[in-house]
Amino acid sequence: MLHIYCPHCCEYREEEEFHCKGQAHIARPLDPDNCSEQEWANFIFFRKNTKGQHQELWHHSAGCGKFFNVSRNTITYKIEQSYLLGTAPQPVLDVNKEGKA
Amino acid sequence: MAQVNRTQAGGRINRGKPLSFTYNGKQFTGYEGDTLASALLANGVDIIGRSFKYSRPRGIVAAGAEEPNAVMQVGATEATQVPNVRATQQALFNGLTCSAVAGWPNVDFDLMSYVGKIGGKMMPPGFYYKTFMGPAGMWPIYEKYIRKAAGLGKAPKEKDVDIYDAMNRHADVVVVGSGPAGLAAARAAASSGARVILADEQEEFGGSLLHSSETINGKPAAEWVTEVVAELAGNKNVVLLPRATVNGLHDHNFLTIHERLTDHLGDRAPTVDGVQMARHRMHKVRAHCVILATGAQERPIVFANNDVPGVMGASAVATYINRYGVVPGKTLVVGTANDDGYDAAIAWKKAGRDVAAIVDSRPGADGDRVEEARQLGIKIIFGSVVYDAKGQTRVKAAKVGAVSPDGKKLIGDKLDISCDTIATSGGWSPVVHLSCHSGTRPQWDDKIIGFVPGDCYENRLYVGGISGNYELGACLTDGQAAGENAAKSAGFTPDTPRANYQTKAVKVSAPMALFVAPHEKPFSRAPKQFVDYQNDVTAGGIELAVREGFESIEHVKRYTALGFGTDQGKLGNINGMAIAAQVRGATIPEVGTTVFRPNYTPIAFGAIAGRNAGELFDPKRYTAMQSWHEANGALFEDVGQWKRPWYYPKPGETMQQSLDRECLATRESVGILDASTLGKIDIQGKDAREFLGRVYTNAWAKLAVGKCRYGLMCGEDGMVFDDGVTSCLAENHFLMTTTSGGAAHVLEWLELYHQTEWPELEVFMTSVTDHWATMTISGPNSRKLLEQVSEGIDLDKDAFKFMDWRQGKVDGIPSRVFRISFTGELSYEINVPANYGLQVWKKLMEVGAQYNITPYGTETMHILRAEKGFIIAGQDTDGSVTPQDLGMSWAVSMNKPFSFIGKRGMNRQDPTRANRKELVGIKTKDPKVVLVEGAAAVNERNYKQGSNVVQGHITSSYYSAVLGRSIALGMIKDGFNRMGETVYYPTMDGSVIEAEICSPVFYDPKGDRQNV
Repeated sequence: MLHIYCPHCCEYREEEEFHCKGQAHIARPLDPDNCSEQEWANFIFFRKNTKGQHQELWHHSAGCGKFFNVSRNTITYKIEQSYLLGTAPQPVLDVNKEGKA
Repeated sequence: MAQVNRTQAGGRINRGKPLSFTYNGKQFTGYEGDTLASALLANGVDIIGRSFKYSRPRGIVAAGAEEPNAVMQVGATEATQVPNVRATQQALFNGLTCSAVAGWPNVDFDLMSYVGKIGGKMMPPGFYYKTFMGPAGMWPIYEKYIRKAAGLGKAPKEKDVDIYDAMNRHADVVVVGSGPAGLAAARAAASSGARVILADEQEEFGGSLLHSSETINGKPAAEWVTEVVAELAGNKNVVLLPRATVNGLHDHNFLTIHERLTDHLGDRAPTVDGVQMARHRMHKVRAHCVILATGAQERPIVFANNDVPGVMGASAVATYINRYGVVPGKTLVVGTANDDGYDAAIAWKKAGRDVAAIVDSRPGADGDRVEEARQLGIKIIFGSVVYDAKGQTRVKAAKVGAVSPDGKKLIGDKLDISCDTIATSGGWSPVVHLSCHSGTRPQWDDKIIGFVPGDCYENRLYVGGISGNYELGACLTDGQAAGENAAKSAGFTPDTPRANYQTKAVKVSAPMALFVAPHEKPFSRAPKQFVDYQNDVTAGGIELAVREGFESIEHVKRYTALGFGTDQGKLGNINGMAIAAQVRGATIPEVGTTVFRPNYTPIAFGAIAGRNAGELFDPKRYTAMQSWHEANGALFEDVGQWKRPWYYPKPGETMQQSLDRECLATRESVGILDASTLGKIDIQGKDAREFLGRVYTNAWAKLAVGKCRYGLMCGEDGMVFDDGVTSCLAENHFLMTTTSGGAAHVLEWLELYHQTEWPELEVFMTSVTDHWATMTISGPNSRKLLEQVSEGIDLDKDAFKFMDWRQGKVDGIPSRVFRISFTGELSYEINVPANYGLQVWKKLMEVGAQYNITPYGTETMHILRAEKGFIIAGQDTDGSVTPQDLGMSWAVSMNKPFSFIGKRGMNRQDPTRANRKELVGIKTKDPKVVLVEGAAAVNERNYKQGSNVVQGHITSSYYSAVLGRSIALGMIKDGFNRMGETVYYPTMDGSVIEAEICSPVFYDPKGDRQNV
């Protein structure tokens, strides 16, 4: 079970308080009506299946109710950082695929 | 019966406290401090089970968690049955009742063994895959036979009488294992003031020190253990958990520790001062640092017939003698490739029994223990191996032969040595299991001839046997350093001066890598050389698997079932990999290893469930009117966690009669429904209206205060996922309702879009579901009823129109009344603060009596809405249905300025193509026949099976009392264009039901009844 830092509560909490909402930084196209089929399909269906560092959206559903982003290594499950929506993850040391700095 | 194998003195048992126990119906006696296994060995019980596949007699081989054979069914009563208990881990208590799990008709005379003998050659790996392929219909018969023969214990038929417990904990340092390294680590960490948990799976702390003859600071090791444990017990920051197996080490240092609180006390947990004690407790621990001091398990040497009872691990033999005062035989032969095997012979000799020989595969050795064995006059045969065992139900002799220096070939002379016990030691396998649980692969270390934990980013330290460090002095100092480092990493400062540990150095001669003793014949021809006892996997089987092309160890494992037993192959896995490597001509690291998964040892379901069982299995949500529903005979239906009245049967009524009565009363006079469970979300803010316009498919810009509107909610793919009525309470204030089951999901959905996509909108949402009690009165007399109980509301049909809401008082309570209808009748939905729900409900029932007010439940609600063709999201929709498919284009406003959620999705190629499945009404030709929900439609009575034959399916189906016939809603391809056509619904019994496609609105199609 993951131990997740909520950047709104500023505390580590147990995974069972959270819902993972999938890959982060997927913006809704600004002009959906003029999107091609491919663009719209990319938006709603296509996701990366990253091996290694992955940014994902989490919801503190049983806590503050806020959404935030998490940068997590999908091999080791190490969470590099939690960060607020609308911000980019802080650059971290070069992380190889084993998740070791 | 006498304890024939018990020593006169010694061991950590209490000879003053005999305990009686029953095994396979026979009574035996052991002592306090025994395990079930040591007590059975003390009584000279050789055979404790039959093997899984070949049904060969098996005896106890190990003394700990790695035991593969001595798996017992424990329990004196049906309700306290526990299958798959390792006798080596079950403390003896007075009255313990157990039996062998395998063996039919019994373990001493097993019919199946003849099948095993005759059929042995015919049961290679993959036997079941290859043999029981077909015909398919025969499988249940094969399975019955196989299961009976397999016999891996039985589940209790009665409800568990015990209770189980769970506890969440936080720790700075968790130490797993209490051998020398673990104790030294815990002690050093605790000295800093850090919160320390020390967990050990055994009855006592001390690990290998409990049977060690070494000294620490000049004292016997066991005395040192007592002192350290007493010191830790006196430290309030330390939690000591004996009988507690760390069964899982999960991500971010989360541990699941399974503590057996009362398994050593009796058949079931005792009652203390009238309180039933919990049998097990699951500790869920989040730790800053985890120190694994799990030690190592001895690896046996594989040889022919190595499963005859009397073949054991050398360290197990030493443990039984030194810790339990049990010498498990009369004459011993030791087969070893290292100095540790000598411990068994030394202990055996000192206990006064014969050691026929130590057979050492090394050309020579000069370690201290080798010298000690020589001094004791034990015959040592170097450069040789035990390669075969004679005997059927007990070892009669060991076949010994000289071996080539690489251990691969027998050379020269052979001899038989009479004995009844063969103890082998092929070296040690670090207990790396926990280190694998979060995905780290172990790494081969040539120096220690074993796998050690792989690197991992988590704050974890490995000390003692798990890191291949078997020397006492080094275990203590490494443990101490790890304890200090762990404490420092958690921000504590360890005590100074450090404790000082003095041990006597033991000279150890180099071990040899020997996994399997060569036989005169190759693997495929030699007598069975067992690798995994629990699954009857042999060296020949592994060779065959490799020969058949299963090269990856993961494939070999799955094909042969190596390591698939309840013991997870603790004893056999490394030998199996070594044999696979040998057959492939590869090295062990090249072959690689499989990883271990939680749980380390089998665990009772009760311990996993904890208190979340029975009444507490899942939270139940009740409305404010629950007591009334119960008092009035309602039957309940689960909707999410809600308990909703399903229907209210009167004495003597069938379910259909109740539904008919409830439906007709509503249509003819007035019915009342508890609708409190509908999700309610309060939405406020200056952009609330704009927000609604974006999340709903229809328009909200012009909804005036006092008005209500029905809305559909879609995903970005254009598919409907929820619906409900939203009312405008004030210019910037709305109340949204959702389906009962979808409330939490809808709120999360709204928050997701507000927080991620449109944070600039000023809008606030909060769930108010539980704040309001909601009761719907529906039927032609509902207005008359409301008139008599309300004040401050003009109920005139033109003043308070359909889809309006008004504020006023009902039964003197401030209320919101919504004139909306899910039945097609004149209806009012009365919302009062939840605490007044019961009062207002009772008032409505009291005043409504003159109109024969009739409470109805969810089932009648479903029928009434289906008569009107109203959908239920989640029943008539399934995530693949657009508003257009439902015939609800009227609820979609394509001209809204903002491209609302779902708009682009429903305009994609697929949702806009022709011939989509559309929601229509279905009328059976025979009005009495009610179709089954889910029934598939075909075009012809005599349809041919094949793709594209199914035209759709039934989503809702009921008997309508007011129409006097069955009605159904369903999806049909191109349904809107096929009104009046006939479709057919084949049923399970082979008959075919004929039906007509029609409008989904069966009753009052013009909607006159709700507009009165």
